[in-house]
Amino acid sequence: MSEKREVAPRTEERHSPALVPPIDVLEDETGITLFADLPGVPMDRLTVRVDGDGLLIEGEIAVETPEGTTLAYTEVQTPRLRRVFTLSRELDTTKSDAAFKDGVLKLRIPKAEHAQPRRIAVNVG
Amino acid sequence: MYESLLRFPTDLFAELDRMQREMQGFGGLSLPSSIRAVGRGAFPAINIGSTPTAIRIDAFAPGIDPAKLSISIDRGLLTIAGERASDVPEESEKLSVYAHERAVGPFKRVVSLPEDADPARVAATYRDGVVTIAVQRRESAQPRRIEVK
Repeated sequence: MSEKREVAPRTEERHSPALVPPIDVLEDETGITLFADLPGVPMDRLTVRVDGDGLLIEGEIAVETPEGTTLAYTEVQTPRLRRVFTLSRELDTTKSDAAFKDGVLKLRIPKAEHAQPRRIAVNVG
Repeated sequence: MYESLLRFPTDLFAELDRMQREMQGFGGLSLPSSIRAVGRGAFPAINIGSTPTAIRIDAFAPGIDPAKLSISIDRGLLTIAGERASDVPEESEKLSVYAHERAVGPFKRVVSLPEDADPARVAATYRDGVVTIAVQRRESAQPRRIEVK
């Protein structure tokens, strides 16, 4: 899995400014696990999309503010988080599994069965 | 509590802000900033909002056990502290770690509150990974309309 630089955004929406969420990526024998920090994103504003060999993670921050609030100091200045990756062929996205809790996305993409490690028996001829 | 009043949530200002921080880092132009300001990428990121009746602090702290979060006010300083467990196990022969960017371990952020903040009336909630702290302002300091008789 490698990160894709947004050189040629495909859709209009990808032109909008977005923050890059921090991630952890792990790989074991059976697949890849990705964790992404998306604080302030409710479940219904989160998009995890596989498009060919591309993976898009996008979330919109929806923190309710009472009316008449003036922002005095902001470190999170863009209400959108986005990160794009390219996946490799041995990953089976049809069997991927995602969980989202307290602003943390956990995405598991298993390797296709043919790509899983196998012990090869050596016959003594 | 106000690092700069000329702060708007637009990209241009965000960029200028970043440049200002970087220049300060290299001993260049030293524009005044809060003594408690920390570098970009601090965990958790904080937004502060203000209404006539309250001060609202949003701390972007995903994946935290709210029971392990400590929020305190002492002499006008609000402290948010806690610890974040790692989701990344030790790297081994069978496990490769390609990215480890998410914050791990103890964290602490301090915000100075304005003088009219009432430390007795504070409420905190945790939702979608955001800690929201509302500190009410003292009533005597709130804007009041004075009747002319």
